[in-house]
Amino acid sequence: MSEYNVVGKRIPKIDAAQKAMGRAEYIQDVKLPGMLYGKILYSKHAHARITRMDLSKALALSGVYTILTGEDVPEKMRMGFYKDNPPLKKDKVFSFRDEVAAVAAKTPEIAKKALELIEIDYEVLPGIFDPEKAMEKDSPLVHENTKSNVLKLPWKLHYGDVDKAEKEAAFVVEGRFTTTWVTHCCMGTSGAVASFDAADNLTIYTNTQIPSLAQKDFLEALKAMGLKNKRARVIKPIIGGGFGSKLDTYAYEHIAILLAHKCRKPVKIVFDRPEEFIATSTRQPTVTHIKQGCDKNGKLLFRDIRMVLDNGAHTSWGATTPSVMMMPITSLYRVDNVRYDAKCVYTNNTYSQAMRGYGNPQATFAIESNIDMLAEKAGIDPIEFRRINRNHPGDVTPQNFKITTCGLDLCLDAVEKELRKSGTKEKGVGIGVASLIHVGGGARIYKSDGCGVIIKMDDYGKASVFTGGTDMGQGLDNITAQIVAEELGLLVEDVHVVHTDTDVCPWDVGAHASRSTFVAGNAALGAAKKIKAQLLELGSKELKTTPDSLMLKDRLIFVPGDPEKSMAIDKLLRKIHFSPGGTMLVSDHFFDPINENMGPDYKGNMSMTYTFGVHGVKVRVDEETGKVEVLEYVAAHDVGQAINPLLLEGQVYGGVVMGLGYALSEEVMHVNGKNMNPNFRDYKLFTAKDAVKIIAPVIQTPDKDGPFGAKGIGEPGCVPTAPAIANAIYDAVGVRITTLPITPEKVLAALMEKKKNH
Amino acid sequence: MTIINFKLNNDLIEYEIKDHWTLLHLLREEMGLIGTKEGCGNGECGACTVIVDKLAINSCLYLAIDADKKTIETIEGLASTDGKLHPLQQSFVDNGGIQCGFCSPGMIMSSKALLDGNPDATREEIKHALAGNICRCTGYLQIFESVEAAKHTGGAK
Repeated sequence: MSEYNVVGKRIPKIDAAQKAMGRAEYIQDVKLPGMLYGKILYSKHAHARITRMDLSKALALSGVYTILTGEDVPEKMRMGFYKDNPPLKKDKVFSFRDEVAAVAAKTPEIAKKALELIEIDYEVLPGIFDPEKAMEKDSPLVHENTKSNVLKLPWKLHYGDVDKAEKEAAFVVEGRFTTTWVTHCCMGTSGAVASFDAADNLTIYTNTQIPSLAQKDFLEALKAMGLKNKRARVIKPIIGGGFGSKLDTYAYEHIAILLAHKCRKPVKIVFDRPEEFIATSTRQPTVTHIKQGCDKNGKLLFRDIRMVLDNGAHTSWGATTPSVMMMPITSLYRVDNVRYDAKCVYTNNTYSQAMRGYGNPQATFAIESNIDMLAEKAGIDPIEFRRINRNHPGDVTPQNFKITTCGLDLCLDAVEKELRKSGTKEKGVGIGVASLIHVGGGARIYKSDGCGVIIKMDDYGKASVFTGGTDMGQGLDNITAQIVAEELGLLVEDVHVVHTDTDVCPWDVGAHASRSTFVAGNAALGAAKKIKAQLLELGSKELKTTPDSLMLKDRLIFVPGDPEKSMAIDKLLRKIHFSPGGTMLVSDHFFDPINENMGPDYKGNMSMTYTFGVHGVKVRVDEETGKVEVLEYVAAHDVGQAINPLLLEGQVYGGVVMGLGYALSEEVMHVNGKNMNPNFRDYKLFTAKDAVKIIAPVIQTPDKDGPFGAKGIGEPGCVPTAPAIANAIYDAVGVRITTLPITPEKVLAALMEKKKNH
Repeated sequence: MTIINFKLNNDLIEYEIKDHWTLLHLLREEMGLIGTKEGCGNGECGACTVIVDKLAINSCLYLAIDADKKTIETIEGLASTDGKLHPLQQSFVDNGGIQCGFCSPGMIMSSKALLDGNPDATREEIKHALAGNICRCTGYLQIFESVEAAKHTGGAK
């Protein structure tokens, strides 16, 4: 928008030049003097008792410093949502991914060789790999200390009266939709370097998305190790991709800490690619039964959903994804009567965690596929059906979400305009749309949804901004710099953003829930406003005027229209610092959005504002092979205000292509708990050859609470992609695919089934 | 141990190597040139792409011993000594071709090998040349735009 100098501009990523030059240092590049290399040994079975361990041959290998097993893990060093998962398992393993031993050695090669020399005998136990079967009464138990494989998590809500609404509905449809494991595939694999000083204070380099919460986990680990009142400093190198994969602390970090402490040397653990596939957490597989109904005019009356989630063998934050699935379930479109019941079930599969969208893509796949089925049954055009039921600004949804700005209608218009340019319908070609709602104004998952920012001005008109927020490639550093530069009348290159070190950066709950632009952005804006107030106050004395007559722009402080009353900001700063009775310009601001934790009935305005979007796609389905070709893709999002359209498009394009992989090609294949495709040959990511043209209309509905009106946009790009594709396939060839990914085999099988029945 | 001689980014290098080292190991672990990234170690992702005698190769699959008497270009050799970015690097910066940046050196080297040999590469040819370079952040579009824009700013010699 023209009223801004920096906000809304396509300013290249601040760190892109060093990345383009190969100068950026990732965890892979961190080397400390005397550093050892750690490697982890994983279970050979999905479910087994460890009956014998012999480390002697491995320990005898030259260059091996130490080997740890479950016996060496302190009793209270535990990970996960239930804090019940030790970083190394003893006595029993619950999945192939379970860590059983770890080596520290002089080189990675020696460490790897040592793993091969560790002897372990297992007594194999029966495994359970299907969450629906794991719910049956006679199913083997994953954890013997539980009575059932179903976790005691109360994911259950009922608003209005679903049964009554169903009786009143003119049209009702139902369906069963399933999704499978997909994984983040960050190009930079996971890793950490742990190091202790002489007084047992820990410094850990790790590519985390949650520096402050990780610090808390590591301090608890130190305490469990008997190291009380020690410091834990978390340093983030440049992060080679996040997408939710780094929203918890993991075994490799705790193991690096244990090894470093035992050896009194820094220890580095970096995953190789197969390990990244096997030992990091996936998106949750789901089985969803959905029923929706509308009246004769297409007004949505109820939504009834039962869901089973494969929890895997251990409980991580992934078990809380139903709390986010509730968002589209209760609040995508106006629907008064909603019932939802989700069960997380232990299996001997890998455990899942956060991944871009945090449950929203799974729920939206079921809802938006099923909405098309309902629109068809009601005889209403699917885009029109969505228009009838769309959310409006000012709505309060059954979950008490307060919709402030909402550009869903404009997104529908933008997508329809692009998709329906040509009116003629070709054989085998079809279009599909799907909408999304996502948190866009923070998300109160924890007790706090806050982020702190400190700004320090130097003598030269430059601002150092220390933020709790995390840039993992998405561009928060830019957003922060642009907001601060806008407020202080500086250029982006005058703003240096530091987000890398818990010793200097303030607290933040982490880069999740598309919250960084909104929350860390508001924190930066708040801190900048305080600096601005000081600059205006002190500048008014220098320029002999009143603070409110002054403006900051283009590195100057001045009275508009009065050339006499103008001064360079850096000169003013030097005067402020370098005079008797001087002062320094430092400000801090902690922004915690006015949003609510969900209550026991799951009601509560989780986010200060919500982001909406509509995706539309045109596909061609080859009826001979089942192959789906994406011809056109339109992804319209209501983002409030684009702080940086270049980066915004990058988030949308990247999200959409990740979503296309989810829809069409990606699947971590597990056979009896074993990962069968831990490499890029067999795990089918979209490549440059598969890339599709994407049009990304940006709908701006400046939100009163967002920094300069902005809402979050990190995750939405991959949320409604799969149902848009499924709906387009149905439109093209009349088959409804209900399981992801929609491979040619599944399409072909459905086409053959359809032919058989006709 | 074997001594090899090669040209690396305009420097003549003599280096004693172990015969089993990959070129990636030599560059990253021995010579400290961290710009070349290891994304998979198996020739599947292209993060380790360097140019050997004008051809983009996966340095994780290329033995260092085979670099003897060859000309090697890595990402570190692209910017001029005064810090000015190569037009391709600048174009990736300006057009949003870089997010997390882990694939970027490999992407840029594959693009350079393409444009060095085919200055007027079409979108399809760019897609083909980058087919072995995986990016998880960008969805590739801004990468294609970066390469196309560089054709007009000196990226194609």
